Amino acid sequence: MIEFVRNVRLWFAPERIREDGGTPDYRFSLANERTFLAWLRTALALIGGGFAVDQFLPDLRWGWRVGLALGLLAAGVLCSLRAVNHWVRCERAMRRGEDLPVSRFPALLSIVIAIVAVAMVAVVLFGWEG
Amino acid sequence: MTTPDRDPGLQPERTRLAWRRTTLAGTVVAVLAARSALHNGPTAARVLACALCAALWLGFLTVAHHRISTLATTERNGPAALSPKHATAAALCIVALAGCAAALVL
Repeated sequence: MIEFVRNVRLWFAPERIREDGGTPDYRFSLANERTFLAWLRTALALIGGGFAVDQFLPDLRWGWRVGLALGLLAAGVLCSLRAVNHWVRCERAMRRGEDLPVSRFPALLSIVIAIVAVAMVAVVLFGWEG
Repeated sequence: MTTPDRDPGLQPERTRLAWRRTTLAGTVVAVLAARSALHNGPTAARVLACALCAALWLGFLTVAHHRISTLATTERNGPAALSPKHATAAALCIVALAGCAAALVL
């Protein structure tokens, strides 16, 4: 958590990153940037999914519909925050010549998406009358 | 026939297209926000949230446009790396977009 707060400070202080180590090959930086953008698209897809649950399942009970939509929106928020955090960590590791950071997040996110998908199937099949 | 100075992996172009794809995804979300505001009955709060979504979408487009024009430079050492300020701005636009979405859903 303290590490996270330290990273948050780096988000807003570009000079601090440039002080560390040497500039890596620009192709590595661009690859890191594309990964960051792919995570942002994942976040946007989750937000779009939240809207879709709200609008395209109108027969669902209010609580289920809003709960699922808010869950997907929260996942989108987490995903984009984590995207910028991971980008900063990778950028810094490359400047310092360290190993790239590993992350539990992809596994966690896929488990959450699997749970939401199963919940949605269950709710759509059995939740109409509820 | 080949130009030796050109990056054979076309990294800047690929990065530019990645930004384009991301703005496209953002556009889809903005359209869904507008649909949601109109569909659920356009109250003042919903219209406000929708306008905020449009502003955030424009903000994201601005960041993307800025970055794309930086990527277009033809320096020998390649384009400058993405600055943390811009990365944070792009991510915060999306976080705020999700906040507006939550306001529209509720």
